[in-house]
Amino acid sequence: MSVAKPLPHDAAPLHVAGTARYVDDIPVPAGCLHLAFGMSPVAKGRVTSVDLDAVRAMPGVVAVLTAGDLPHANDVSPSAHDEPLLSDGTVHYLGQPVFVVAATSHLAARKAARAGTIDVAEETPILTVDEALAANSRFEGGPVVWTKGDPEAALEAAPHRLTGSVKIGGQEHFYLEGQAALALPQEGGDMVVHSSTQHPTEIQHKVAEAIGTPMNAVRVETRRMGGGFGGKESQGNALACACAVVASLTGKPVKMRYDRDDDMVITGKRHDFRIDYSVGYDSEGRLLAVDFTQYARCGWAQDLSLPVADRAMLHADNAYRLDAVRITSHRLKTNTQSATAYRGFGGPQGMVGIERVMDHVARVLGKDPAEVRRLNYYAEARAEGADASGGRFSAKVKGEPGKKLETGDLASRGAVEVESGPSGSRRYGGAYSPKPQGGNTTPYGMEVTDFILGDMTERLMETSGYAARRAAVAEWNEGNRLLKKGIAFSPVKFGISFTLSHLNQAGALVHVYQDGSIHLNHGGTEMGQGLNQKVAQVAASRFGVPLEWVKITATDTGKVPNTSATAASSGSDLNGMAAKAACDQIRDRMAECLAGLFQGKPSDVVFEGGEVRVGGEAMPFARAAQLAYENRVSLSATGYYRTPGLSWDRVKGAGTPFFYFAYGCAVTEVVIDTLTGENRILRADLLHDCGTSLNPALDIGQIEGGYVQGAGWLTTEELVWDDTGRLRTHAPSTYKIPACSDRPDVFNVALWDAPNRSETIYRSKAGGEPPFMLGISAWLALSDACAACGPGWPDLRAPATAEAVLAAVKRARG
Amino acid sequence: MAIRFLLNGEAVEWDGPPTRTLLDWLREERGLTGTKEGCNEGDCGACTVMVTEEGGGAKPLNACILFMPQLHGRAVRTVEGIAGPGGQMHPVQEAMVALHGSQCGFCTPGFIVSMATAHLNGDTGHDDALAGNLCRCTGYAPIVRAAEAAASEPVPDWMRDAPGKAGLAPPYVPESADALAEWYVENPDGVLIAGATDVGLWVTKSLRDLPKVAFLNGCADLRGVTREGETLRIGAMTTMTEVLAGVRKAHPSYAELIRRYGSVQVRSAATIGGNIANGSPIGDNPPALIALGATLHLRRGAERREMPLEAFFLDYGKQDRQPGEFVEAVTLPAEAPSLRCYKLSKRFDQDISAVCGCFNVTVTDGVVAEARIAFGGMAGVPKRAAAVEAALVGQPWSEETVEAALPAFGEDFTPMSDMRASADYRLETARNMLTRYYHDLAGAPVSVLKVSA
Repeated sequence: MSVAKPLPHDAAPLHVAGTARYVDDIPVPAGCLHLAFGMSPVAKGRVTSVDLDAVRAMPGVVAVLTAGDLPHANDVSPSAHDEPLLSDGTVHYLGQPVFVVAATSHLAARKAARAGTIDVAEETPILTVDEALAANSRFEGGPVVWTKGDPEAALEAAPHRLTGSVKIGGQEHFYLEGQAALALPQEGGDMVVHSSTQHPTEIQHKVAEAIGTPMNAVRVETRRMGGGFGGKESQGNALACACAVVASLTGKPVKMRYDRDDDMVITGKRHDFRIDYSVGYDSEGRLLAVDFTQYARCGWAQDLSLPVADRAMLHADNAYRLDAVRITSHRLKTNTQSATAYRGFGGPQGMVGIERVMDHVARVLGKDPAEVRRLNYYAEARAEGADASGGRFSAKVKGEPGKKLETGDLASRGAVEVESGPSGSRRYGGAYSPKPQGGNTTPYGMEVTDFILGDMTERLMETSGYAARRAAVAEWNEGNRLLKKGIAFSPVKFGISFTLSHLNQAGALVHVYQDGSIHLNHGGTEMGQGLNQKVAQVAASRFGVPLEWVKITATDTGKVPNTSATAASSGSDLNGMAAKAACDQIRDRMAECLAGLFQGKPSDVVFEGGEVRVGGEAMPFARAAQLAYENRVSLSATGYYRTPGLSWDRVKGAGTPFFYFAYGCAVTEVVIDTLTGENRILRADLLHDCGTSLNPALDIGQIEGGYVQGAGWLTTEELVWDDTGRLRTHAPSTYKIPACSDRPDVFNVALWDAPNRSETIYRSKAGGEPPFMLGISAWLALSDACAACGPGWPDLRAPATAEAVLAAVKRARG
Repeated sequence: MAIRFLLNGEAVEWDGPPTRTLLDWLREERGLTGTKEGCNEGDCGACTVMVTEEGGGAKPLNACILFMPQLHGRAVRTVEGIAGPGGQMHPVQEAMVALHGSQCGFCTPGFIVSMATAHLNGDTGHDDALAGNLCRCTGYAPIVRAAEAAASEPVPDWMRDAPGKAGLAPPYVPESADALAEWYVENPDGVLIAGATDVGLWVTKSLRDLPKVAFLNGCADLRGVTREGETLRIGAMTTMTEVLAGVRKAHPSYAELIRRYGSVQVRSAATIGGNIANGSPIGDNPPALIALGATLHLRRGAERREMPLEAFFLDYGKQDRQPGEFVEAVTLPAEAPSLRCYKLSKRFDQDISAVCGCFNVTVTDGVVAEARIAFGGMAGVPKRAAAVEAALVGQPWSEETVEAALPAFGEDFTPMSDMRASADYRLETARNMLTRYYHDLAGAPVSVLKVSA
């Protein structure tokens, strides 16, 4: 069987040879036009005039378009229709596209775009959390509040209390391949679009609206992306729509790719957060009450901010059972880039909040933070399933009743669900809440039945030598005046499923040709994670053939329709199951045919080792395929899968949004310089749960890479806007993702490979996002090193740049 | 007259606009799309190509900020030329596949070229060799494993390029300092392009047209580190890779600063003359050179003059350089055992300094006899800390003296806040660097880079 083998990425031989093709590498037909946006020079205001004469006079310019020139929809929003492709006469962030230039080369288009003059009657932009709160500038009316138990009473009754606040920076995706799209006009107004996107169906939907056709006139193909990380879930819409519109107006092929600086200035990033907390706890460090207020800076358009903010709330517990908890979430609208999906989708920010609380409580009590963490864990899953008392929850939406919005892009995570009841009449929580009960349930009332972090923690503590190293660090710090070490443990519990439940579906298309070769297609997209290889391993295993017989074809909306974004770590869970369903149909038809021909029973036909065995006969799979064809058996099938058992009310914050949880834990050791705040990761030990891994090599790749990306988010990656709203870190010269030497010197990664308790494809678990949050341990280790400098609370912010670390050292010293 | 070079072993002649980049030419005209554009400013390494010059060996360079005339007489190898003529995989390619060194694959061609070049040069300092290649997927660990695994494999013979003689270059590529001096006197409004690691961005990011340029890569006589008695002379066109090798023994701390200067791709293009002449307040060479007491040598036509390096930097963006005058060389003492250079940036490798502090204090009989302290990132120019120096000289070299000198930093510097650091942080860490220097000379551990778990 191919599954569970540590096979290399299917495209690795192409990657290393430079022959793997990305959108900008596709040979284009003659006459191809290239696009560039002219962008708003200010963060907020009304456009009073746009002078494009100079643009039109630039060499190579073929066309210049503003909003009025667009023939159909001027909308690239994945949710609330609040994101025009080109400015509608108002501008809402510095960098917003106002006009688009089509020219004969990429460089000519870029040069011409800078020749435009955009005059704006400026208004004072809303840039910060505090400014947004003061102006009541927000999405979704008032804050969303979920409550479990009675946190106010529990806080009141708790023997110890503390409050605090943590600022958590955003993050630029820095996919190495910038956003890109290529539109090829077809006969009769049809359009083929090659897009570097995690969401071909959404590109298809938005392009169809932009050129005024039904979706069936648009075919979107995605061979691969040069990295996505969430940044290509919705942010590719603008390029694809611009290309398609110009292609349909001119009849020429049209390509657009952002120069890196444009990419960073135009596109959305991870939401930055401020999280305030009030905590009640006992002298052991057991949390008795937690009150979180999360402030998410969402930028100018709604995009995917509501589900992102929801997921931050959904991970405010991380691995800890909280019986009295309130989570308040403010989704703030600011005149900055529209914050968007980024690996973890709000989960990491929510998790940083509770991990900060654990750290704070442990520091105040003088305890090992790892022990405080373990003390607060959910109950470990038992063989028969966990305590089933069920959780209690309540929720309310403050402020105005949610206004009714039309549904649009149903396949988007930002899709707006139409309210079923009378508008504005629903009230939850408060006095209507049931009295709290215990139970191994999350703040949103989902029972945690698969918790394995107790055992995983035990194992990692041993393999990492945590206790001895913690003592060694303390001893080292005694002997070093200027440099200090720190060590920290942190766990991850991450919920798997799209929280917009209907997105948890997938399709696949499989053909077996008469020579036995297999054509595989599914709705997921390849962005480096190895999804295609995993799904091919499933297909090869179902047919019992070597992997080389399976051709993995580019994602194509004409082959598998109505796909969900490859996001939420769902790729292999959903598409693996869909491919299995397709393969099994074909295999069953072949088995029935061959059983008839060779006097066997269909159930006894064996597909294994490249052969098919039936009634004492053994034949190569190719021969079996040929026989099936000759006997007029259909060798093509679609497969379909939907995740069972989900029910979720995002307004109430109640239900079972997740199919299961994926777990992981990490121990990181760091060193800091107390004179400058410079810091390094010395060692990381990671233990991560991928269930029964479909491909351990690819999963370890996700874990190593996720950790480094997560640690980067919390250390060197700092986004800086000036007070006019201009992003000052818009290139790798100023925005610093980890470089080679920033990985841990000692980097031990292991898989916890117990099978998934839920029925997933070969009992594997999703692994795209969860390991990202193992990087939180690096930030906590830095906090530990700062705390070694004095008795004070270091109150380390994120990202913990050298400057932030030095400030924390000083606070610790008091 | 055309530019001539080898591309993946084959002779190529090229003529066109002098600021055409190699990357655009490869991708748009040659259809060699293996070389990728990641940032278009020399910071990500996705466009890395290997360039070999006769007598100079093979170096990785960023094709996005490499202009076509810089290739004259050289050999270029792109990712398409790293595999053998029959398609045989190079050992680094095999190792990258087998050890899972690629995920999305977009940075991979650049890594392959960097790795193959290091492999050719027998360079096993993988972290330094790969500091100029960003990967967002893997966390680098499997890439370094692949580099380690391939290190012991023999170098494939097709990797050794011999560019040979290229013939006469166009007039905008002068082939000696004399020819350059003559050209520049006649064209004082021209732009001199040395390594193009800065000027490249004028073209790729500022989208400037540079109507009149001269490329200095033909001026072999402006290049090299030579020892003249107690002095080191470094020619203006000496690349930072060559400076690193040339000062490693004499000035190990300066060499360590250069190790973190840009990346191997940047250091192999960037020149010391360019770094001085552009007058940036955040260039890393000037503070070290000023602390060393270096002398700058300028030339205009046949006229030459020299000055202490610090005198060259008049004000932000303004240097003491006449029209038609260019930097010919810098000379510095061959010994300075007390020199220490501290570079502070958000990321250790390939990052521009927030603060660069260089200290050279001479202590005789326990008393500070001389102090040369210079900073980058603290003012509009690279600048000496005159008040701090004055507070030290004549005092016993002690923690008390250091402590007493700290307030003088406020007299010397009023730094600014930007995306790299706040003004307060700059001033505070500049002070702390003096404290660090004291402990460093005393032999205490002061660098997090030297600590292990």
